[in-house]
Amino acid sequence: MAPLNRRQMAWRAAQDIRDGMVVNLGMGMPVHVADYVPPAVDLFIHSENGIVGVGPLASPERADPDLVDASSRRITLRPGASIVDSSWSFAMIRGGHIDVTILGAFEVAKNGDLANWDMRLPNKGPLVGGAMDLAACARAVWVIMEHNTRNGAPRLLETCTLPLTAVRCVRRVYTDVAVIEVTPDGFLVREMLDGLSEADLQARSGAPLAFAPDCRMLEAPALPDAE
Amino acid sequence: MPIDKRVSSAAQALADVKDGATVLISGFGGAGFPNVLIHALRELGAKDLTLVVNSATHRFSLTHELLEAGLVRKVICSAARGHTKEPTAFEKLWMAGRIELTCLPQGTMTECIRAGGAGIAAFYTPVGFGTELTKGKEVRRFGERDYVLEQAITGDLALVRADTSDRYGNLTFRYAQANFGPAMATAARLAVAEVRACVDEPIPHERVQLPGIYVDRVVAVGG
Repeated sequence: MAPLNRRQMAWRAAQDIRDGMVVNLGMGMPVHVADYVPPAVDLFIHSENGIVGVGPLASPERADPDLVDASSRRITLRPGASIVDSSWSFAMIRGGHIDVTILGAFEVAKNGDLANWDMRLPNKGPLVGGAMDLAACARAVWVIMEHNTRNGAPRLLETCTLPLTAVRCVRRVYTDVAVIEVTPDGFLVREMLDGLSEADLQARSGAPLAFAPDCRMLEAPALPDAE
Repeated sequence: MPIDKRVSSAAQALADVKDGATVLISGFGGAGFPNVLIHALRELGAKDLTLVVNSATHRFSLTHELLEAGLVRKVICSAARGHTKEPTAFEKLWMAGRIELTCLPQGTMTECIRAGGAGIAAFYTPVGFGTELTKGKEVRRFGERDYVLEQAITGDLALVRADTSDRYGNLTFRYAQANFGPAMATAARLAVAEVRACVDEPIPHERVQLPGIYVDRVVAVGG
């Protein structure tokens, strides 16, 4: 089977969201997770600009510039939603009231260190936003990222090479070829793509992998890739 | 004399702002940018400003007018990257070493401001521990976790956008318009709000989202 595309990775992460969870979705791929949560699962999506209960994107005629999420997208509210100011919103994050944050990443280390905010781009100012707050303080941090860079370099590493977002925070990683848990003993592969061997996956990773005894096949329905 | 915080123009609301002022500016993602006040501050021309603002360079905010006019000495923010390939006004100044930048995690920034308005000198937060952004800051372990000491932020002036106000300066916000506004108003010596409309009757107490005691001047700008 071919590696998952970006929407399929978002779909796979969405399948692990449980009823009643409060979830914060990072910019880029993670916001698509909302599109693939099973319909029976009732959740609240938190956005760090103070929205508790993000609904679907607003249609152009209903779009309101005062009703936006943290990615500046014009949204609607779900039933039961509320809105607080930024100080309260981040107190919610630091206080451990967000069950899961799903973030994009450049690198994850075997101890759960996360690098996702600064690629050291020349000529660009730094942008940290709420990434450090979420990574350090959400009750669980899940990462969605391609297993390797465009040049084939591994993103799962012994230690991160890029500036850290938070230390020892990542619980689970969804890549295009595997689902990996970060345990006290390092990376544990829970699911992997059919046709890929353990040796293949290890060769594409920058730190030792352990394989769960009940390691399953990574599957996702056909979905068009995100632009 | 009966309290009445309404003033007739943005220029009047900012007339006594001095060079070197620290200015807190609300707004996030297109909601709650006090652009009429920002524009008036540019017209006023006070120099050597320190801006405390979530984004140094958001495309819907007029902060860039202050930067382009050379009025800003320093920016404290959580985001200093433009949306475009071309460098923004801020990025050009920053790369040329002509502006000072302090980048803070967004929640730390807003908590620093909240603390500033709440009489707290500093606080320990786990956010940013072990990262470049907290290098050199005091670290202390409580229980099983490491925390970083962050100091409060206060300002000379806060610029806030709200939906409605009454003569007492009580404010209501639409949707996500509040964001940094309430905290910023509490942490500045002079808090000015631009609002869509000033209403004649007092806003019912249960609808007030920021008590007027935090707000010094309001100006109705429509929109």
